[in-house]
Amino acid sequence: MSSASTAAALAEPQARLRGKAAVQQHIGKRMSGAEIFLRALEAEDARVVFGHPGGAVIHVYDEMARVQPNFKHVLVRHEQGGTHAAEGYAKATGEVGTVLVTSGPGATNTVTGIADAFMDSVPIVVFTGQVPLPLIGNDAFQETDTLGVTRSITKHNYLVRAPEDIPRIVHEAYHLARTGRPGPVVVDLPKDVLMSEGVFAYDDAIRMRGYSVPHECDEVRLRRAVRMIESAQRPLLYVGGGAINANACEALTEFARHLNVPVTTSLHGLGAFPENDPLSLGMLGMHGTWWANQAVQHADLIIAVGARFDDRVTGMVDRWAPHAAIIHIEIDKSCISKNIYADLAFNADAKPVLEALRPLVRARKVKRWHNKIQGWREECPLSYADDGELRPQFVLERLRAKTGGDAVVVTDVGQNQMWAAQYMNYTQPRSHITSGGLGTMGFSLPAALGAGLGLRAYGIDKTVISINGDGGFMMNAQELAVAAAHGVPLKVVIMNNNFLGMVRQWQELFHENRFSHTDLTDTNPDFVQLARASRCAAFRAERTDQVDGVIEKAWAVDDRPAVMEFRVVKEEMVFPMVPVGKSSDEMITSKHAPETFV
Amino acid sequence: MSEQAITLTPQQLIRKRAAGEPVEAGAAPDIQQHIINVLLENSMGALIRVVNMFSARGFNLDSVTVGVTEDPTVSRLCIVTRGNVRVISQILRQLNRLVDTIEVDDVTGTDFVERELCIIKVRCRGEKRAEVLQVNEIFRGRVVDVTPDILALEIVGPTQKVDAFVNLMKPHGIDEVARSGRVAMQRAPQPADGGSD
Repeated sequence: MSSASTAAALAEPQARLRGKAAVQQHIGKRMSGAEIFLRALEAEDARVVFGHPGGAVIHVYDEMARVQPNFKHVLVRHEQGGTHAAEGYAKATGEVGTVLVTSGPGATNTVTGIADAFMDSVPIVVFTGQVPLPLIGNDAFQETDTLGVTRSITKHNYLVRAPEDIPRIVHEAYHLARTGRPGPVVVDLPKDVLMSEGVFAYDDAIRMRGYSVPHECDEVRLRRAVRMIESAQRPLLYVGGGAINANACEALTEFARHLNVPVTTSLHGLGAFPENDPLSLGMLGMHGTWWANQAVQHADLIIAVGARFDDRVTGMVDRWAPHAAIIHIEIDKSCISKNIYADLAFNADAKPVLEALRPLVRARKVKRWHNKIQGWREECPLSYADDGELRPQFVLERLRAKTGGDAVVVTDVGQNQMWAAQYMNYTQPRSHITSGGLGTMGFSLPAALGAGLGLRAYGIDKTVISINGDGGFMMNAQELAVAAAHGVPLKVVIMNNNFLGMVRQWQELFHENRFSHTDLTDTNPDFVQLARASRCAAFRAERTDQVDGVIEKAWAVDDRPAVMEFRVVKEEMVFPMVPVGKSSDEMITSKHAPETFV
Repeated sequence: MSEQAITLTPQQLIRKRAAGEPVEAGAAPDIQQHIINVLLENSMGALIRVVNMFSARGFNLDSVTVGVTEDPTVSRLCIVTRGNVRVISQILRQLNRLVDTIEVDDVTGTDFVERELCIIKVRCRGEKRAEVLQVNEIFRGRVVDVTPDILALEIVGPTQKVDAFVNLMKPHGIDEVARSGRVAMQRAPQPADGGSD
């Protein structure tokens, strides 16, 4: 499978050797802190930097113009867009995304993206300008306590105090962002440090005595796991984004097929296991499939791989998977037994554990279990009304038919996100990018921009589709022109129902149709005009028979984004659904009427 | 809730017990005080990261003491906190997750020495003063400051001892109390044969 191998190829440290080689000629030279910083980015093989200049980082931008470093700088139009773009870059390529902004508002504008990356374990490094060291604490112009503001939403953060420290701190920041459970790292760069001179040095070694990547995968654990797996009658694999971060998808697929164990994935796990495989149950959780959630509730063994038992997965924790023993393979120890007690845990990277476990376990005969799941599958398939109205699910099915799954789908947050999770049928790792943990509206467009530029930087030719609702699209619509300026041929889908659809759905289901402030009819722009004003191609479909035509026209555009506005019906709801505070077997589906909730 | 207690599966019982949550309806949760020692990078912002983690994740923080160790690049924290098994294990894991923490050690349940220092100013004159000094003697306290109206006393000992002393001083009129918070250290294991060679 092409993308599985590209993902693995990107994880090879060769990419980083390129960076090291690039800076050899500068080692030992005296230069400004700003240039040391640029050389340190080159050393990390940062290929694209998403940034926005300002007073505190003006010297960095000045040196950028002077020394022409080997990375591409992309001027985003809002720092939040920059952080999401870096996330998209990281998720599409598996490499660390880079952001450069100024102090004060530049830094605070990145906070949403940093929090998003923290929740979703996305490796990004955000460099923020800072007022000169002597002014820190003086309420100087554009001063913010960036370390304080970002402390609880970063894996780690740094304040640089001397130009000579820059290469070490930058190296540590990338190392921290990339290894273990990935996450965002912030490096605060005071202006005087960037202005003063120092000698550029580069040392590949990492000396952090408080940080190591765990690998708990001993004989005793493996033997226990084998016993648990071989004695299970109704085993189930529950796979999260960690499997993709660990490049464990091939190992996982072999493991599941070898054992003949069905696989359900979380939202971030989509693509880790091919959804066209008969063993795939699709997504579980709040808007997961009926059969995946039924399988969870009846399983007697759940093997969780790189997943964190989020509340959108478990619903009511006390009643989740009441019969299942849990084996948890997880790199972040604090996720083990946090929400659901793990009977056996491997605090390790998923790939070596799955590879060590596979040859030890005998293939399973669990025909009755498969039959049972098949029954649930037939009992309640995903469906939507076929009445000629334009519905988002139909659009997604047509997009899926167009790409055949060979595309990177970047979704926003809300109904569009859940439908895209249900209907796009992901078969490759890194083909699905979304804001899951934080649920950041406005994520999709800039993240798609970052994904497109990242794939280009690594020479991977893949279509990037940005899927949006009309609400979220407006939150970072300014980045459209950036994508146009860089000739990124994004396929931008806007499912326009003139509503904040997911809130509307909750208002209809749980708040007696009081549609309080969710109607966007009066505040939505004309999306086609907006897109064209941003130098993009734009098309609109209002009926089902126009959908394929619009998709064809959009796919014919190859030098700039093509925006497709689909005027979909506003009443459409995402089903099935586990309401908040309910357990996974109390789903609202078209068949299982919601009488328990009204 | 009682309905739930009846319908618990064996697996749910395992989970509840592992978390230290009550299995029978109406039973109190098993919350214990723990003393956790942390070796930390002695660098800017390291302490605040630890304290911030407690507040960000809603963990209880009874006391924290911090001081540099024999290695000037390492500081040592002694944290006193409370929670059930699940909460304490989360606290330990979240502490370990911080990049600045070098070592995390829950000394609760091991053989350890624990001390707290307290300086207390007591308002007393005349025969009252003799009484206070007598109690101070019993507690092996030290007089660190004297004025005609005030005695400042220093008490060192396990927290219960300090608590007891403060309580005994209350009737005399406490002017001010400063307590250091607890520090704890595990005892070295005793040689099995009593130490002779």
